[in-house]
Amino acid sequence: MEVSDSSSRILAGLLEARTGQQLTMSRRWRIETALSALLRERSIATLDELITILVMNKDPKLADAVVEALLNNETYFFRDRAPFDMIGQRFLPEIAQRRPDKRLRIWSAGCSSGQEAYSIAMMLSADPLRWQGWTFDIIGTDVSDAVISKARRAHYTQFEVQRGLGIQETIRWFEEDEDGWQANEKLRKMVKFEVRNILDAPPMGGPFDLVLCRNVLLYLNNERRRAAFERISTVIAPDGGLLLGAGETVIGQTERFAADRGHRGLYRPVDLTSPEAKLLGT
Amino acid sequence: MKTCLIVDDSKVIRKVARHILETLEFQVEEAGDGREALTHCESKMPDVVLLDWNMPVMSGMEFLKLLRQSGHSDQPKVVFCTTENDMAHIRAALEAGADEYVMKPFDRETLHVKLQLVGVA
Repeated sequence: MEVSDSSSRILAGLLEARTGQQLTMSRRWRIETALSALLRERSIATLDELITILVMNKDPKLADAVVEALLNNETYFFRDRAPFDMIGQRFLPEIAQRRPDKRLRIWSAGCSSGQEAYSIAMMLSADPLRWQGWTFDIIGTDVSDAVISKARRAHYTQFEVQRGLGIQETIRWFEEDEDGWQANEKLRKMVKFEVRNILDAPPMGGPFDLVLCRNVLLYLNNERRRAAFERISTVIAPDGGLLLGAGETVIGQTERFAADRGHRGLYRPVDLTSPEAKLLGT
Repeated sequence: MKTCLIVDDSKVIRKVARHILETLEFQVEEAGDGREALTHCESKMPDVVLLDWNMPVMSGMEFLKLLRQSGHSDQPKVVFCTTENDMAHIRAALEAGADEYVMKPFDRETLHVKLQLVGVA
């Protein structure tokens, strides 16, 4: 199946109109792989035939399915590990000292099928002595209906579970069934999920002490990325932290956040009304 | 450079695992069954063993039990790498002294995480 430039442009336009995400040239190689299952399922022989159906708007639900298929939902438990160690061992214990109500609010933005949110839940639950008496509000949001449904089911294949979890973690937090692993009730009760685009209004339940938005904003153009940072800044606690993906930064993207030199990969909200921020012209 | 002994009777699996391990900068040795693996370990103990379950001559479980009973102080980490993924097998492997457990098929990312978790990558 060959993907012509015109087909790529139509599909990129559809994805951007529905989600705000870009299908950059570097991601266009994925089109063929991403859509092959959908074409088989709908008995559509070629990409041109698919484009014809889309353009003629013969099947409005097909467009939804195409957008779902084009979204990159790559994720796994404890992705990159090091940021979780930093959050669990340093950042959250530090911020907890300033939370007399013993409540922490965490938002996993662009959570895909929930592995990041459940990783946070596992990390906190694994340290019951430190967190005894604490309440955690963990919310995961994603633009895709399909991945949020999967996140809510909290059921993962062997491949998905072992892609990030050690065997001891697996048997501690999951129950095996015929076709995979089900997160246990304790984890499921700690996490809530909502279908929500990062470009729309943020979820209720803030201000958030920690926002994880990893490998999400790279799919937005500069203007939308800036808007996303603005929205996150409206719901993050003044002393909260924003965790981006490895290789992502705020430099040149927004003045709302600045790198926290003590916590690699973490960004702190900037009070733009402060004399220091005004002096720096931010 | 860390060393990994792949113990599997399938040449294809050994080839795939070797490729992944070499990209992770491991020096790789191979054995086709548990007996051959024990011989390898007696001459030079690897840092980690990637171990299949069902093999001719000597199974992965028999190998693991003998390895752990051998009294060698430089015991390698052992990652079971198998198609058996039910809880009974997993628990039996952990009780016999396995450090990690990965089900075939696996990809580079999965194996890398497992090797990190046992502290050799």
